[in-house]
Amino acid sequence: MAAGGARRINARVVTHGLVSILIFLVLWEVGSRSKVWLAWDAFGPLRDLIAAFGLKTHYLPWIGAVPAPSAVFKAWMGVIDQAGYWQSWYMSFQRVLGGFVAAMLIGIPYGLMLAVSRTAHGINFPVFESLRPIPPLAWVPASIIFWPTQELAIMFITFLGAFYTIVINVVGGAKSIDGRFFQAAQSMGASKWDIFKRIVLPGTLPSIMVGSAVGMGITWEVVVAAEMISGGGSQMGGSGGGLGFFIWNSYVGGSYEQIVVGMISIGIAGYVSSELLRSLGTYVTPWLRVR
Amino acid sequence: MSDIDGKVLAPEIQPGELKVAGVSKSYGAGQIHKDVVRECNFTIERGKLTVMVGPSGCGKSTLIRLLAGFEQPTTGTIELDGKSVTGPSRELLVLFQESALFPWMTTWNNILYGPRARGELNGETLEFAEFLLAKVGLQEFRDKYPGQLSGGMQRRAELARAMINNPRVMILDEPFRGLDAMTKELMWEYYSGLYEENQRTNFFVTTDIDEAVFLADRLLVMSNVPTQVRAVIEVDLPRPRRLADIVENDRANDIKKQALSILHAEAMRSFSRGSKAAADFVEAYLKRERSN
Repeated sequence: MAAGGARRINARVVTHGLVSILIFLVLWEVGSRSKVWLAWDAFGPLRDLIAAFGLKTHYLPWIGAVPAPSAVFKAWMGVIDQAGYWQSWYMSFQRVLGGFVAAMLIGIPYGLMLAVSRTAHGINFPVFESLRPIPPLAWVPASIIFWPTQELAIMFITFLGAFYTIVINVVGGAKSIDGRFFQAAQSMGASKWDIFKRIVLPGTLPSIMVGSAVGMGITWEVVVAAEMISGGGSQMGGSGGGLGFFIWNSYVGGSYEQIVVGMISIGIAGYVSSELLRSLGTYVTPWLRVR
Repeated sequence: MSDIDGKVLAPEIQPGELKVAGVSKSYGAGQIHKDVVRECNFTIERGKLTVMVGPSGCGKSTLIRLLAGFEQPTTGTIELDGKSVTGPSRELLVLFQESALFPWMTTWNNILYGPRARGELNGETLEFAEFLLAKVGLQEFRDKYPGQLSGGMQRRAELARAMINNPRVMILDEPFRGLDAMTKELMWEYYSGLYEENQRTNFFVTTDIDEAVFLADRLLVMSNVPTQVRAVIEVDLPRPRRLADIVENDRANDIKKQALSILHAEAMRSFSRGSKAAADFVEAYLKRERSN
């Protein structure tokens, strides 16, 4: 019964998702074909309105200049069997994963330390807080100079993107654990280590997962920009520069459809990684699943 | 404690006695100095169920933190069986207002928390845990998380989690607050049954006079802030207690009236100082008087 109910809800969610994508595609197609239908006499007043804003009148602003989804799809089919395109996916994924895993490995213990020890918090937090507002992209030039390879430089940038978010979430999560849990554990004779292991860690886990999901989103934003700016590790040769470089390359080469292909690819990649992380989150916090 | 075969399942219960002598607690200094507990003297007698009843916001929770060793009194001493209480320990176990079950542990793991944390998990403890789980009627909910239990079940799981540690004194801070009236009354009977079976030293704190009289061997009636003991009433009602008997019992009603009149006087005093809680109390009191 319950499983059937869940499946029914899932079916509805899927339907809604598909409808939403379909509407989006239709509007986009219609919008980008505005060069054709806006030429009709019936749309004279609309053309006048656009002209009133000082914009070009022979197509809708912005959307009319974007390649239509049908054209993008055609371009996509053109690259989908090319190793270079998938190599871009692979490169970006590798950088995201490298930076992200490093951010988890360093950020979670670091955040827990800040939350647990007042001294550590006092010593670390001022520096942490003054480094945090620096956007990861501002680190690109310095990073390229400091790190021996460009690959490491880009990973470092993605690391920064996730690191701050994870730390902030871990600290916040650990600090918001109900004080009665500590008192209860203490009065049952638990040691500090036991309280850390069995109260602080599981109590922080939901925030760790939230921080990671947000951090993962940021790594994708950052990796693409880092690839564009740094030239996508051009010493790797050819088209092995990641999705950001793929977009940049398409722009330089004048293939506007391919730019959009790259953009959509990043969207999908980001969505897939967030979704994977979310399922992992649900898996490791079974007590939140059962309500 | 034994099962049907008479086999001893738990280490012998050793009820403790808690002596509170001249205890005061104040916070802040100078202008913002505030006495929360002033010159408290009472004894939580060995093997008895002592209930403390007082107006809400009267500093009872502060007193509990002192008794449990989470905080130290400004002056005075708290002694468990002659030894000064210096910090939290399993000997003085607190059950908090509302549930403090760990949400990320199943009922079973919650119950086993104490022994596991102290590295005392062995066959005997597991057997005892099994016994307690049955005692609180949660066998079927063994692998459920607290979020999946009803309010009453959560309190029962918490009772089991406390009892497995065999504390000398069990301190319960308004444990049934927030339960609906029906569940609450069921929990009274259930809890007093548990007490009658084991005769542990229990210290039960509440704002509910009906609850207090139904459960207590001894009733401590408290003043408003700063907390002091206004009266100690011996509740000599027969055990086992059933709700149906107590409702009709004249002696119970006498005690209730006696305690209420003290609480009423307390409330009037703070009422004149403009306390919202006191105003609520006076209103509730008058309503009750009219209905009697």
